[in-house]
Amino acid sequence: MAREAASYLGVDMEYEPVMGLEVHLQLATKTKAFCGCSTLFGQRPNSQTCPVCLGFPGSLPKLNRQAFFYAIKVAFALNCGTRKNIKFDRKNYYYPDLPKNFQISQYDEPIAVNGFVNISVGNGIKKIRIKRVHLEEDAGKLIHDTGGDYSFVDYNRAGIPLLEIVTEPDLNSPQEAYDYLTNLKSTLKYLGVSDCDMEKGSLRCDANISVRPKGTDALGAKVELKNMNSFKSVKNGLEYEVKRQVDAIRDGEKIVQETRLWDADKCITTSMRSKEEAHDYRYFPEPDLVPFINVMSRNQMDIPELPEEKAGRFKNKFALSDYDIGVLVADKSIADYFEECIKLYNKPKVVANWIAGDIMAQLNLKNFTIKELGILPDGLTSLLKMIDGGAISGKMAKEILLEAIETKHKPEDIVKEKGLSQISDAGQLEEIVKTILNKNQKSVNDYKSGKKNALTFLVGQIMKETKGKANPSIVNEILRKSLGE
Amino acid sequence: MEKLYDLAAHYLKEKIARKELKPSHLVENVVRRASELNGKFNSYVFLNSPDSINKAKVMDGSDERGELFGIPVVLKDNICVEGEDATCSSRILKDFKPPYDATVVRKLKGAGAVLLGKANMDEFAFGSSCETSCYGPTRNPWDPTRIPGGSSGGSAAAVASGMATMALGSDTGGSIRQPAAMCGVVGLKPTYGRVSRYGLIAFASSLDQIGPITKDVEDAAMLLNVIAGYDEMDSTSAGEKDIPSGTYMPVGDYREFLRKDIRGVKIGIPKEYFIEGIDPDVLKAVKDAIKLLEKMGAKIKDISLPHTEYAVSTYYIIASAEASSNLARFDGVQYGFRTKKAKDLIDMYIQNRSQGFGPEAKRRILLGTYVLSSGYYEAYYLKAQKVRTKIRSDFISAFSSVDCIVTPTAPTAAFKIGEKTGDPLSMYLSDIFTIPANLAGIPAMSIPCGFTKEGLPIGLQILADAFREDKIFNTAYAYEQNTEWHAKRPAI
Repeated sequence: MAREAASYLGVDMEYEPVMGLEVHLQLATKTKAFCGCSTLFGQRPNSQTCPVCLGFPGSLPKLNRQAFFYAIKVAFALNCGTRKNIKFDRKNYYYPDLPKNFQISQYDEPIAVNGFVNISVGNGIKKIRIKRVHLEEDAGKLIHDTGGDYSFVDYNRAGIPLLEIVTEPDLNSPQEAYDYLTNLKSTLKYLGVSDCDMEKGSLRCDANISVRPKGTDALGAKVELKNMNSFKSVKNGLEYEVKRQVDAIRDGEKIVQETRLWDADKCITTSMRSKEEAHDYRYFPEPDLVPFINVMSRNQMDIPELPEEKAGRFKNKFALSDYDIGVLVADKSIADYFEECIKLYNKPKVVANWIAGDIMAQLNLKNFTIKELGILPDGLTSLLKMIDGGAISGKMAKEILLEAIETKHKPEDIVKEKGLSQISDAGQLEEIVKTILNKNQKSVNDYKSGKKNALTFLVGQIMKETKGKANPSIVNEILRKSLGE
Repeated sequence: MEKLYDLAAHYLKEKIARKELKPSHLVENVVRRASELNGKFNSYVFLNSPDSINKAKVMDGSDERGELFGIPVVLKDNICVEGEDATCSSRILKDFKPPYDATVVRKLKGAGAVLLGKANMDEFAFGSSCETSCYGPTRNPWDPTRIPGGSSGGSAAAVASGMATMALGSDTGGSIRQPAAMCGVVGLKPTYGRVSRYGLIAFASSLDQIGPITKDVEDAAMLLNVIAGYDEMDSTSAGEKDIPSGTYMPVGDYREFLRKDIRGVKIGIPKEYFIEGIDPDVLKAVKDAIKLLEKMGAKIKDISLPHTEYAVSTYYIIASAEASSNLARFDGVQYGFRTKKAKDLIDMYIQNRSQGFGPEAKRRILLGTYVLSSGYYEAYYLKAQKVRTKIRSDFISAFSSVDCIVTPTAPTAAFKIGEKTGDPLSMYLSDIFTIPANLAGIPAMSIPCGFTKEGLPIGLQILADAFREDKIFNTAYAYEQNTEWHAKRPAI
């Protein structure tokens, strides 16, 4: 049952889901939002704390300007309007991971509002509206598996700047939600404001989901879904929850407004709390931080060419397929790599094929960034030039690429070291063909009697003899000639 | 015993500079006085006797000469000193020792002050009588059956009785000025933002301000010189350059403004501060003071601050709202009082906070939580902020025609211990004249201006526009130099 649900696509003929996503993004500032503590991940518990982020009596927050600039940068990149008067508010609630028992956040006047992110749907583009973007501080982490009837608290994360990015309820399928998240992440990575790593928790995503009969406008009761810790979980979680709600409605049940948790192991959602237990956060303006005037304009923020823009340029300039463009622009470092390659070797389609194919396969396999991969644009392009010059075969090039990645040696050096150069000398190859034909008279006869498969066998034997170095097109030509075609 | 403890810091400073007095001699004298009297007056919650004498002994041989070199200072118990108790006179902060120095403490240490310990206060500064302290009330040096005022009652009583040469208090609605008035000493609440709040355990962030409690006006200037100034650790602290010129006073030497001449100074007398219910002795003393100021050449002008009557209710909404949030952190998770018998997390919160806080703290937390709650926020908190703006505009328009405003500091002199504890409203009204300055963010000082028939000190409040402490110092010093009130000491 659970498996079935997880593979369900969230597409129904009668009902449509209405979803909004709420992303919490840890900003990659060196220090925390309101103090000078380091934001490094994975350090000894409570080693990155001070009286301010521990909320000690008498301590006061001081806004990290970098966090503010990053927030403004994101706002512009998501096509938002930014607010001129910046103020912070206190969100009051009790939990041991929150050192002051209030969170410094923004309530009625977020830094930015009314933006959008485009996603591709069918043959067109759909605008997913961004409702608001606001800056706040992260909480610490509770550690429950202590072996006793107590929990530990690690405040290293407390006070790390968080950006909350909220969409309007514009998403109508789990796939749209997935695509929105993919495009958002890509844009955020281009800006360099976060590492967007869901596993480390630097990007977290909650969803609001309701379903309604197709063709109606009213929104159904809304369920908030939490604990989706990967892109895949978001998709699976939403698919499950949509199906659960549709099934419930079909069974005549009423959807209750509640918060549910995605369980990635069991592939189900379970109820966490109902609306009746909802908090009154008693927001009020943070009196320890003075409101200030935001004078930043888009031009001052040094915003790079963003994925959508880059995709358009690649399409016009390089005439690539949408798939290749998608792969190339998803990650700015890969797009940059591609453009470096083009400067050295002007065959965009060939380069794009190699990057989207072999290089991406290796990146995914090894979980490397392209900078860590050990083959620079000049390495890849020299490999491609060797193929064009007939020095190596395409198949050899693939092996040399793997070798270069393993050893970090230059492809031309690997070719030299291992004597991998292709045999393209016709005279030398004719000798080898002659020997092979003599040794395999039966196959020669088979071929001549019409069994064309025998040719493949003979080519194989020649390749074996030359350890794969024979230039395949020349071998083919000689063979056919020798067999009397 | 030599009465060094009765002398103002500026005299002692000169003696030390002329090498007529060793810091250790002075500190021993004051510490001995404190040890003798504390049992009776309960000014100190923590007295650092041997340690402060040892520190002073090291100074005896030193050639360094800070602004407060060798001067014994006591701090209100809500100001953080690294490694020393800071309990806000609350059970919930039992044994709490901050891991850092408040900015004012760093500055005091840098100026060579000798920190004697911590002074008693109303719990978390919630009170006007020092009676809500978990350590029991401080007693007034002029009459031990009476309160010393509050919340900085321990600080004021210590300075008045010679248990400290100077003190720092904090003032959210009058907590420096009202006890200064009731103990017959000088107390200054500086402009909001003039002194860093970093390391002051917050009561109400938008109102709190640290300030001096001293034996005379010159000492107040000396102490303010040390603690004033921009602090990058406090976003609400005022820049020293970025305020439009002409409307502010850069931090400098406030002693420059200690002039005896106040001819031509325009002094406003707001009619809303001379109302029924003021003790007749207080009223007479303040009116006499105004007459004297006029005789000295000041121009007296009747003015009106029309929104004064809303100040107390506005204050109790804003201050309690901020306090309810500021005090949320006291949950026993990281530090402070923690029950051993909690069943679960919620039970731990409930037990720690019900047993850790006293009744007045609970009252303010409940009040603050209520006014911030959804459905009430607009009617209370938001409305109060609007009224606060009106009160501030009252002062802005008044200061367009006068240099200073003079009022009584409190409607009565010190009342009896226990007299008002059962009636919070009448207790709250003892801050009726001091609260407006906090709401407006302006500086205000209380100086001694006489005694009641029972021999209890009376305070005169002098207010000026934001960052115009210079005008207060000028008027206060001129008045003080023409009177003897500040030189009187309680007979103990």
